[in-house]
Amino acid sequence: MQERREKTESQINTDLLSAMLDNHLWFWIVLAGLGLVILAGAAAAGYMFDRGLGVTGLNRPVFWGFFITNFVFWVGISHAGVMLSAILRLAQAEWRRPATRAAEVLTIFSLATALIFPLLHTGRPWRVFYWVGLPILPYDLSRGIFQNVRSALLWDPSAIFTYLTSSTLFVFIALVPDLAVARDRTTGWRRALYATLALGFRGNARQWRLQAIAGILLSALILPVFVSVHSIVSWDFAAAVSVEGWHQTIFAPYFVIGAVHSGVSGVVTAMILMAWLFKWQDYIRPEHFDALGRLLIVVATAWFYFFFIEFSFGLFSQEPSEIALRQTQVFGQPWGWMYLTFIMASYFIPVPLWMFRRVRRSLVLMFWTTILVNIGMWLERFLIIVPSLMRKQGLTFVWGDYNPSPIEVLLVAASFAVVLGGVLLFSKIFPLIPIYDAKEGKYIEAEIQVGRRTVPAVIREE
Amino acid sequence: MANKRRSVLGLFNDPGTAADGVEALQNAGFGANDFEILTGAPYPEGAFGEEPIKHRLYYFPLVGAVVGLSLALLATVGTQLSWPLVTGGKPVLAIPPMAIISYEGTMLGAILFTILGIVFESRLPRLGLGLYDARINEGKIGLLVACEPDQMGSAIDAMQGAGVFEIKQEEWEKA
Repeated sequence: MQERREKTESQINTDLLSAMLDNHLWFWIVLAGLGLVILAGAAAAGYMFDRGLGVTGLNRPVFWGFFITNFVFWVGISHAGVMLSAILRLAQAEWRRPATRAAEVLTIFSLATALIFPLLHTGRPWRVFYWVGLPILPYDLSRGIFQNVRSALLWDPSAIFTYLTSSTLFVFIALVPDLAVARDRTTGWRRALYATLALGFRGNARQWRLQAIAGILLSALILPVFVSVHSIVSWDFAAAVSVEGWHQTIFAPYFVIGAVHSGVSGVVTAMILMAWLFKWQDYIRPEHFDALGRLLIVVATAWFYFFFIEFSFGLFSQEPSEIALRQTQVFGQPWGWMYLTFIMASYFIPVPLWMFRRVRRSLVLMFWTTILVNIGMWLERFLIIVPSLMRKQGLTFVWGDYNPSPIEVLLVAASFAVVLGGVLLFSKIFPLIPIYDAKEGKYIEAEIQVGRRTVPAVIREE
Repeated sequence: MANKRRSVLGLFNDPGTAADGVEALQNAGFGANDFEILTGAPYPEGAFGEEPIKHRLYYFPLVGAVVGLSLALLATVGTQLSWPLVTGGKPVLAIPPMAIISYEGTMLGAILFTILGIVFESRLPRLGLGLYDARINEGKIGLLVACEPDQMGSAIDAMQGAGVFEIKQEEWEKA
């Protein structure tokens, strides 16, 4: 497993601060391209606010389309951060080191992006204040009444707010030692910024000890929040008794494991991009993708098990409405080809490929298979939401259809640009691989001789 | 009344000589609170022969959870009772949604207090860096001793005996 090249602390600093301190032309070109897509999305949103939700493809009975699909998708991606960072920290998995921050940062940007979509979906986002309100103040001061905690609309923001706040602070606390390195390596306004953010961190034994405990303690505290977030998102559906295919007791764990599947895949994609763009092959090595590939096989198979249970138990009841829904999803067009793409892309193409060590250690193959997973997982959310709403009512004359408008397509494209651009901008201001973690890895790893073999050994603190 | 104190920072090239420096300082009569070991990476606890760190971080999430739960209950029970409007046929104090909001409030309180605890127990934020050297983040190990002016000689002798690479000094006023 150990394939690292010996580097000094100074070399590690230089390598991992290069993304921040060096100027790359490609960076500004990519950022400008993403900025254009975001501008197009902003223009589409402006047009929609001006003309109303009629410019989208949403119409009776399908009122949840691309916006809510995208919301669920990005909440799912956000589960990468804590899943990887927290679980691997708690398990003291040595290969976590280059992955943790990228995963946590992806969490923050995808969660913030996810939050935009229910707001867009309202058509008049400035009125959201009236349904969410402030935690304590009445939502409408003139009438003195409060937000309705019995509404699922309040559960989502409370869970996502908790998760976003926790993840952001988690990233900040873990950044402090690296900000101290940036402070010591920069001048001018950058030094002033990093010195302020580093809070005067000097790296004494007490501060390092607290950092180590913080990683474990915060991981343990955020893990239950992570499970609650996607459970609550699933209850947006499962609590709706009247929609066929949604009212399922298995939805919470099914959504959580699906989120982990798409999230871990998203982190693998991001890590490969980091290795390619910033030339960090000495830090993000094939052994990391080998381990992540094996983890993905387990996660994907667990997700497939839940999917199979959800699908087959629905049919087992022999209810005509359930069978009609499944027929629409699997055989109705254009849903049928989407369903086939979803199942092939999420499981049947990537998982058999990941069985091969050569595939797991190939950056190109891991890149494309993880992209494939997320195409599949986006379609999964779309297929849960739209066909169910199309057949929401028993009487056929109120059945409907859904055709997304270019406005919705633009806004979905802009969401991808926001997340990518956000992570890219973050890499320009903060180190995307934890510097102190890379250094610690160097100090606690060694090679020992066992008979005629030299094997890696790691010191593990209790 | 203010009196003069001295800080001496010894820079060492490797953990072995730094640990020797710590031992030499201890032999010269310096206590655990008189010196700090500054490094650019986390070393295993006790690598330099220093004493284990005592902290109260684990109390912070517990207190935070209680505060968070109390505020969440205020936001759920308190607000619904202040305007007992029945919606969707559900009781005014419906347990499942209250449990969700209370759970999130409890966790948020616990996490926020943990963050505060980490900052507080790390003795941060700190306005100035004091006697410090940027090379500590490049691999050097710093041994920072705070002492009376008359103890400075023995601190320097101890570190030189252990093979220090460079020594820096600073004088400051103690209130």
